[in-house]
Amino acid sequence: MSDQKKVNRRDFIYTASTVVGVVGVGAAAWPLIDQMNPDASVKALATTEVDVTSVKPGQSITVLWRGKPVFIKRRTENEISEAKSVSLTELKHPEKDEDRASNPEWLVMLGVCTHLGCVPLADKGDYKGWFCPCHGSHYDTSGRIRKGPAPTNLEIPKYEFVNSNTIKIG
Amino acid sequence: MSEHNYQPKSKFGKWFNDRLPLLTLANHLTDYPTPKNLNYWWTFGGILTFCLITQIITGLVLAMHYIAHADLAFSSVEHIMRDVNYGWLIRYIHANGASMFFLAVYIHIFRSLFYGSYKSPREIIWILGILIYLLMMAAAFMGYVLPWGQMSFWGATVITNLFSAIPLVGESITTWLWGGYSVDNPTLTRFFTLHYLIPFLILGLVVLHIWALHVPGNNNPIGIDIKKPSKDTVSFHPYIVIKDLFALLLFLILFAFFVFYSPNVLGHADNYIEANPLVTPAHIVPEWYLLPFYAILRSIPDKLMGVIAMLSAILILAALPWLDTSKIRSAVFRPLYKQFYWILVLDVLILGYVGAMPAEGLYLLVARIGTAYYFAHFLIILPILGKIEKTTPLPMSITEPILGGSLNVEPVRNNVNTQKL
Repeated sequence: MSDQKKVNRRDFIYTASTVVGVVGVGAAAWPLIDQMNPDASVKALATTEVDVTSVKPGQSITVLWRGKPVFIKRRTENEISEAKSVSLTELKHPEKDEDRASNPEWLVMLGVCTHLGCVPLADKGDYKGWFCPCHGSHYDTSGRIRKGPAPTNLEIPKYEFVNSNTIKIG
Repeated sequence: MSEHNYQPKSKFGKWFNDRLPLLTLANHLTDYPTPKNLNYWWTFGGILTFCLITQIITGLVLAMHYIAHADLAFSSVEHIMRDVNYGWLIRYIHANGASMFFLAVYIHIFRSLFYGSYKSPREIIWILGILIYLLMMAAAFMGYVLPWGQMSFWGATVITNLFSAIPLVGESITTWLWGGYSVDNPTLTRFFTLHYLIPFLILGLVVLHIWALHVPGNNNPIGIDIKKPSKDTVSFHPYIVIKDLFALLLFLILFAFFVFYSPNVLGHADNYIEANPLVTPAHIVPEWYLLPFYAILRSIPDKLMGVIAMLSAILILAALPWLDTSKIRSAVFRPLYKQFYWILVLDVLILGYVGAMPAEGLYLLVARIGTAYYFAHFLIILPILGKIEKTTPLPMSITEPILGGSLNVEPVRNNVNTQKL
């Protein structure tokens, strides 16, 4: 090695080969990491169509979408007015009921507690909505978190009414 | 190990040893000078080695019959229990073996805490031990998922959801861990792979753990540095080997009691119901050995902070050699530390108990106090105690309190030396 301070050809080669090595290792590692992400067959199941003709007001059904339960609840007038009457300042995760249920009669949401992923029980808890038995989170009739450790409201998946009797989730 | 000038006796042995010094290693392990005052709390290293090997052997056998698929896993475990020759025995040894492994590792860790074995110059041994303990928890958790019962499924759901607490990337990490949008077949197959891998990683760390141990040598109940070899030491073989084997025998009686008389008492009945993603069991509880950390997780009302507190509770142990400011190793000579030590033991037991109870009312209050005390022990009590505690005098050597005098004094009866240092 020379005592020269200025950058010489060898320094350049060291740096350049290190950079190429790091990029190469990264490029080789990525397929090994990404293979763990959802595969094509899992993604192919990403939408589910549900016929809701038989669901009466007050009833709710649970369907499986992407391996997770989805609650489809046909709410009664009481439940809708109760959900709408809550002022946003009372909520831990403020969301209007209109924004959660575009058609107020139908509430479609993931049946997965936002705390640690348990399935909440319907028509239970202090707010007559859902109650998670694992760590005690209470949700209201709009699926909003009201009490307990869960940080956010029950998640609303992407869905649409294909016709008046069929909901397409995903 | 450089102090060895070992020469094999046979000509072939010498030829071989010059090329690969395995015989020198064997000789080092046989002659290894060990403090002669080691008590039975020191036998758990050997017991743990036995546990690891037992888990690896029984695990290999189970893997020959188990099928890692969401549709078949549950029935393949029942197939092992009912159809495979001695399958019930092998699975019960493996399942209870995990509990025995943790029982032994907790005794091993608390022995270290009492006798200050984590202190200089043994910090690396201690940190390697914490890494082994973390890997053990990962292996135990993933192993518990494999039978694909209700507790398997929902335990996996709750634990993997801990990662969703990470800001911004949490959801992506959880999806990546699952290989889907929930715990499902891709999760099961990767957990099986990792569950198979981790014991061998542990084995590698155990080799490093023992290697690091053999540099300074064992700590001992009075925690003083000793000369090796000297009158204070005995050779590892046969003295320590026989003692370890005797302790192992007693341990195996307990092990056999669980395997043969109450093989399911440490498990949960819910895990004999096949996994159902639509129904969460009323009461999700981890295995007993994770309960104190579960209590810490649930005692914090915020999701992210709860996860951070739980992880810190384990990782704080790695910083222990620097948090404990006392130069004196053994609690025998630390009258105040000895009391705080037992309070900590009690605190961890209480946390374990409330971790198994519903997180509400009085249980939640107790869990919060217990969590606060746990962290206070390491972050406040230990640093201060090392500065203010008045320790009792240390003996010069292991033999001195018994025989009196220095190391070189021949053991003479009636040579009672009451003089203290």
